[in-house]
Amino acid sequence: MSTLLEATNISKNFGEFQALNDVSIQVPKHSIFGLLGPNGAGKTTLIRIINQITMPDVGHVILDGEPLKPEHVQYIGYLPEERGLYKSMKVGEQALYLAQLKGLSYKQAKQRLNHWFEKFEITHWWDKKIEELSKGMAQKIQFIVTVLHQPKLLIFDEPFSGFDPINANLIKDEILKLRDEGATVIFSTHRMESVEELCDHIALLHQSKKILDGNLLDIKRSHKTNTFQVGLSSSNLNDLKIQIAERFDSTAAEFKSLENDLKLNIKLSTSDTPNDLLTFLNANATINHFVEVIPSANDIFIQTVKNSSL
Amino acid sequence: MNHLPLIIKREYLAKVKNKSFILMTFLSPLIVVALLSLVAYLTSVNNEKVRTITVLDESGFLNETLVSTDQMIYEYLSDISLEEAKKVSIENNSYGLLHLPAFALDEVSSQIRFYSEESPSLSLISNLESKIEKRIGELKLKKLGVDLSKIKAAKTNIDMNQENFEGVKTSKTGSFLKLMFGGAAGYLLFMFIIIYGNLIMRSVIEEKTSRIIEVIISSVKPIQLMLGKIFGTSLAGITQFAIWIILIGVLSVAASFFFGVDLSATPQQEMMAGAISDASTNSELQALISEFHSLPLLNLVIAFILFFTGGYLLYSSLYAAIGAAVDNETDTQQFLMPVVMLLVVGFYVGFFTALEDPHGTISTVFSYIPFTSPIVMLIRIPFGVPIWEQALSFSILIITFMLTVWTAAKIYRVGILMYGKKPTYKELIKWLNY
Repeated sequence: MSTLLEATNISKNFGEFQALNDVSIQVPKHSIFGLLGPNGAGKTTLIRIINQITMPDVGHVILDGEPLKPEHVQYIGYLPEERGLYKSMKVGEQALYLAQLKGLSYKQAKQRLNHWFEKFEITHWWDKKIEELSKGMAQKIQFIVTVLHQPKLLIFDEPFSGFDPINANLIKDEILKLRDEGATVIFSTHRMESVEELCDHIALLHQSKKILDGNLLDIKRSHKTNTFQVGLSSSNLNDLKIQIAERFDSTAAEFKSLENDLKLNIKLSTSDTPNDLLTFLNANATINHFVEVIPSANDIFIQTVKNSSL
Repeated sequence: MNHLPLIIKREYLAKVKNKSFILMTFLSPLIVVALLSLVAYLTSVNNEKVRTITVLDESGFLNETLVSTDQMIYEYLSDISLEEAKKVSIENNSYGLLHLPAFALDEVSSQIRFYSEESPSLSLISNLESKIEKRIGELKLKKLGVDLSKIKAAKTNIDMNQENFEGVKTSKTGSFLKLMFGGAAGYLLFMFIIIYGNLIMRSVIEEKTSRIIEVIISSVKPIQLMLGKIFGTSLAGITQFAIWIILIGVLSVAASFFFGVDLSATPQQEMMAGAISDASTNSELQALISEFHSLPLLNLVIAFILFFTGGYLLYSSLYAAIGAAVDNETDTQQFLMPVVMLLVVGFYVGFFTALEDPHGTISTVFSYIPFTSPIVMLIRIPFGVPIWEQALSFSILIITFMLTVWTAAKIYRVGILMYGKKPTYKELIKWLNY
């Protein structure tokens, strides 16, 4: 898979404060790339560098094979975390203005806006002023303006904040659709469940450094602990517990089930396979529940950040 | 991509469509004309009031030489005491009582009194004083045996014709014209900077508070946005000024037509009228016209455009930088202070020093210092400033402008993304290195 955006060895200082320290990321084409990290890790600075709002002290960025240059703004759509619109300007005028700043002609912009406004069923907003709209409504306009010029690279900083679940879902579907139509998305968020749902790749920033990056599934694979969650029933649960404890490394587990089960997390040693565990359990109890524990993005996030802080 | 025209258009329309801007544009001339009409009306009412002054001349020096006019009636009393005269004066409801006691000619001057209910106006007193002085002076001369008719004959009225070394005729009226030109240009620039500089600043702050700024600067360079804002707002300002001038003109004509109030009777214009009436004879009027033509008009117009634009842009970039550095208008004070101070210094030097002595050291020096030069130079130019001096001053102005824009753009670029805290001067300097 080829790379759309490559940032190499980026460092940025603001006076004494180091915002980014030798950070490199590669964003593959047609992927959704999650840029994660705690507050103040340097995500927004990196995004601003990609948007040419701030210049890096060291390092360079390559977009689609070319070093980043001012003309590239028309290939990038950016929805910043600190976002807003001119309050006293009419929705339509404003959308046209912002679209033209991104290099669309008036006619093109008008056509595409009509299309989007119809799609979101908001054509009657055209002549309203932004200050007459609710925050969520304004966010929708902002989203449309971000994607209107059909950029190759879309950058969303916390895109779901301010949306109710229904509209958040609508936006999520649009983001997936844009990816399928060929766009590449950089997506910065704290909300780990949306990372699970959307991201193909992630990079984790912490204290101005990149501490983890790669394909999300690969990362999960490398973080898995060979642990299985099991629910067992038996006529003699106590004996069963002892038998398992002798053979395997097990801890109590919590999950919902219909039976009054013995619930355990069993961690396999490197010499054991899942089949060995199953054979053993099969011989001693009824298996109601058997599932591999896959680390969530949230777990990986918290664990990695903790480890790197040590 | 050059988005400057697009940004200018938006900034222009955003200002022009703004309700309070429209209101100001059309209401201000109304208010100005209404106030001027009121002042003119009150002045005329005041002038029409007739005052009576009772005169008790026990010395006999005056001998009824104070002659009644349309606005002032002198009533002479005789053969009554001072106390009685006071009573008569009060009964007659007269403005006051002038009393000259019977003393010798040499001593009477310190004995003259004016009695009145309310304290009399300064001009009335000095008017009376000068009339009495003249009369008593004449009497004294007569006593010394001087023939008054000879003095009258010896009196000469000098009306000096002015001409410069190249032989071009000038006149006092011409100096007045120059004063008007320079003063108007300087004042216009001063007002323009104050009004529209603030407008630019507020519009930058608005972009910060509405959080749209980051969306915009991911599409355009901050300096483009800043310049677009400055030009757009300036065009809106020029529109507003033009409408003001037209409306004030039309309304004044209408007001004087409907209410019969002569607006040219207002104080400033009286000065002008006075200057023109100096040109009492036809030849002087012709001199005035030729004077007008002999003003370096082309130079004036070009210099006005250049210095006005340069000065305005210089200051507006400072205003834009201030807007970018802060979050809300209340925080602007500490940064506005020095800017306004510079402007005020320019204004004072221009209006007090340069009008008085256009080629003096102070005026000359301040017409080179970039932050004061636009106003001071505009005031000096009608009095004749060599082109090379103007060019030098303008070059300094433009170089400073470019440095200021560069600095302002740096502050702007960093400032527009800073929220929450009021920066100090130290931090602003640090921003220049980001």
